[in-house]
Amino acid sequence: MTSNQPASAYFLVDDQARPRKATLSVTVDNEVGALARVVALFSGRGYNIESLTVAETDHQKHTSRITIVTSGTNEVITQIMSQIGRLVPVHRVVDLAVEKPGVEREMALIKVAGEGNKRAEALRLSEVFRARVIDITHTSFIFELTGTPEKIDAFVDLMIPLGMVEYSRTGVVAIGRGAEAQ
Amino acid sequence: MALEQGGQMTGAQIVVRALLEQGVRHIFGYPGGAVLPIYDALFNQDQIEHVLVRHEQGAAHAAEGYARSTGKAGVLLVTSGPGATNAVTGLTDALMDSIPLVCITGQVPTHLIGSDAFQECDTVGITRACTKHNFLVKDVNDLARVIHDAFYIATTGRPGPVVVDIPKDVQFRLGEYAEVSNILHKTYRPQTEPDPVRIEQAIELIAGAKRPVFYTGGGVINSGPRATELLRELVRLTGFPITSTLMGLGAYPASDRQWLGMLGMHGTYEANLAMNRCDVMINIGARFDDRVTGRLDAFSPASKKIHVDIDPSSINKNVRVDVPVLGDCATVLEALLEAWKARGERPDVAAQTTWWAQIDAWRARQSLAYQKGEDAIKPQYAIERLYQLTRNRDTYITTEVGQHQMWAAQHYHFDEPNRWMTSGGLGTMGYGIPAAVGVQVAHPKSLVIDIAGEASVQMTMQEISTAVQYRLPIKIFILNNEYMGMVRQWQQLLHGGRYAHSYSEALPDFVKLAEAYGAKGIRARTPAELDAAIQQMLDYDGPVIFDCVVEKLENCYPMIPSGAAHDEMILPDAVDAVGVSEAGKMLV
Repeated sequence: MTSNQPASAYFLVDDQARPRKATLSVTVDNEVGALARVVALFSGRGYNIESLTVAETDHQKHTSRITIVTSGTNEVITQIMSQIGRLVPVHRVVDLAVEKPGVEREMALIKVAGEGNKRAEALRLSEVFRARVIDITHTSFIFELTGTPEKIDAFVDLMIPLGMVEYSRTGVVAIGRGAEAQ
Repeated sequence: MALEQGGQMTGAQIVVRALLEQGVRHIFGYPGGAVLPIYDALFNQDQIEHVLVRHEQGAAHAAEGYARSTGKAGVLLVTSGPGATNAVTGLTDALMDSIPLVCITGQVPTHLIGSDAFQECDTVGITRACTKHNFLVKDVNDLARVIHDAFYIATTGRPGPVVVDIPKDVQFRLGEYAEVSNILHKTYRPQTEPDPVRIEQAIELIAGAKRPVFYTGGGVINSGPRATELLRELVRLTGFPITSTLMGLGAYPASDRQWLGMLGMHGTYEANLAMNRCDVMINIGARFDDRVTGRLDAFSPASKKIHVDIDPSSINKNVRVDVPVLGDCATVLEALLEAWKARGERPDVAAQTTWWAQIDAWRARQSLAYQKGEDAIKPQYAIERLYQLTRNRDTYITTEVGQHQMWAAQHYHFDEPNRWMTSGGLGTMGYGIPAAVGVQVAHPKSLVIDIAGEASVQMTMQEISTAVQYRLPIKIFILNNEYMGMVRQWQQLLHGGRYAHSYSEALPDFVKLAEAYGAKGIRARTPAELDAAIQQMLDYDGPVIFDCVVEKLENCYPMIPSGAAHDEMILPDAVDAVGVSEAGKMLV
C-alpha cells in the first residue's frame, strides 16, 4: 500500500528517486529585490544553492540572467522551478542540465605563493590547464582559469601543495546549445 | 477630481485616486507619521470610507474578512515600522489562505531609508516572504501604475496579499496620474485556460470511476460564484459524493445528500474513508494540505488523482497526481461539464449504488455524534443551537482558531459560499473578531457571528472597540471552556495529560468587558437557558459578547492524529484506543 511518497509533509526523506544536479537559468526583470526574492525562496523552502551568478544581460529591457546550480530529485527540481516561475519579476526558468542541455563555464582566480621548484611546477601546470597569469611578483602568481567546475576543482587540488594561498570563483554560468535562444 | 493641481497631483492624491479607480469603497487602517499625507488626502473626500482599527493586525484580518465575503480585494493602510510589522501576521494569513489584499504602508522619506530612522523598518524585506508580491515606490510617477499592478496581482491567478510601500516624500511629491491600462503585464500572466488534453484525460478517469469522490477547496470559492454553480452542476450530474476542506465549506450545500461533510484531521468518518478507499479523486481548488492528507504514504493509496489548480507549484508538491489540470476552477469546471455532456457520459449506476451503500454504512457510524449534557452546555450543542436559530437568516460566520473552530466547521452547516471566514493555513488565533468587523462593514444588514474561544478572542479583543465605534452589530459567541482547548486536547492525547500552560487563568468577566467597551454582554451556563440567551443576542441591535460557558474537558472528534492515515481515525466512543507514534508526536 505504500507509494514512494514521504511519510508526511514534514518527513521529506526516504525518497527513492536519486537526486541530480540542475543548472537553472532564470531570466528576471532587473529590479530592486529580484535576486533577493529568488534567493529567499531557496532558503525559505529549504532548497540548496550550490552556486549562483547574476548580472544584467539586456541593458535595454533591464533583464538579468541568474544561473543557479542546485540539486534534488526530479520532483524537487520541478517544484523549485514552478516556485521560481510564479515570482512576479521572473520571465522564465529553464533547466540547462536536462530540459535544454547546455554548456557550463566557471572562472576562478587562484593565488599561489612560493619559490624555487614549487613555483616552477605551478607555472608549468598552469600551462597544461591553459590558465593565464594575470599578476606576478617574485614570490607569487595569480592565475585566471576558465572551465567546467570539475576542471577548476582539479587545478585547485594541484595548487594546494604548491602553495595556494587563496582563490575565488564565479560560480557557474551556462547557456543552452544550438542556434536558438533558450 | 477636485484634488488636481495643474494636471499634477501629490503622491497621496494619486493613492486615493487609484483606489477609487479600482473601485475601493472601504479601507481598514491606522494612521501614523509616515502615512499622514495619505490620511490628509482621505480627509478631503467622502467616497472611500476609512475604518479605524485598534491594531494593524486587526486591519489585515478585517480586510481579509471583507475580501472573503465579497470576492473583492481587501485594502489596508498602515504606517511605517511597527504599523507594517503588526500587519505581518495578517499578511501571512492571507498568503496561506489565498486572500486578495492590498496593503499600503508608509515608509520614512527616501533619503532616510537605511539610516535606522524613527519608525523605519525594511518593509519590503520583512514582507517578501509573506506576500505574493511587494513594491517600494521611489518615484511618484510610478505610483499609480504600481497600485494598479498591486490590485491586478492580488486578485488574479492564485490570489494573495500585495504590499505597496510608499516613502513619505513620495506621498508629498507632485506627479502624473496613470489610469489602469490594458497592456499585458511584462511577466505576470497566470494561466486560467486549461489544456484540452488534460480535460480529456480527466473526463476519461471520471467516466470510468467506480468509487469516485470530489475533494474541493478554497480555490472554488476564490474563483467566484460561477465556479460554485458549475461545481454543483457537475456534482449533481455525476451523482458522485463530495467533501471539502475547511476553506472550501459552502461551495457545495451542506444540506445536500451528496455532501459528506468536511474531510481531514477533524473531518467526518465518511469523508475520510471515501478519500481513503476511492478509485478516482477529483481535487478542485484544494492543495493536499497536511491537515487533509494525514500520513502521505497511506493517503488514498488506490486512487487515480485529478488535481485542478491555478498555481503550478501546487501540483505534485505534497501528493503526486495523475492528471494535473492547470487553470481557473470556473473555466476548468466549464470545460469538464462541456466534455462530459458532449461525450454523452453517464455514471456507472451499478458501481455508484455499491459505492453509496458503502458510504451510507460509514455515515451510519455518526462520527459527529456527542453526548448531550444535562447541566453543562456541550460546545457542539451550543453550535448546533446557534445554527438552528440562525440558519434562516442572512448569516456570515467567522471563527478564531482551535476546538471551537473545528466544532463550528462540523456543526454549523453552510449552503452558500463566502459565508465562512476562518484562518485555515496559518491558524491565526485572533482572526475572528477583526474578520467579523470586515464582513460587517461589507454587509451592514447581515448577521455576522464570530464563533470564538475564550483564549483566541483575547488576542484581538481590542477590535470590539472598532465595532462599537462604527455601530457594527457583530456577535462574538465565545465557547468558554477556560482552556486553550485544542492545546489541552493534544496534551491529553500526546503528552500524558500534563496541561502545561494551557489553562486560561485570570479570565476577564466577558459580560463586564463587553459593557466596558459599550457593547452588550450575555452569559449562558446551562442548556436550558441557551436558546433564550442566543435569541437575546440575535435580537440586540449592536455588538454583543456572548459568554457561553461550556463543558471544560470536551475533546474534538473525530480526529486523525498527526502521522496517522485516514482509516486510523479516533472516533468519540473509541478514545481509549488512541495510539500516536513517536514520529507522529514530532508533527504539529
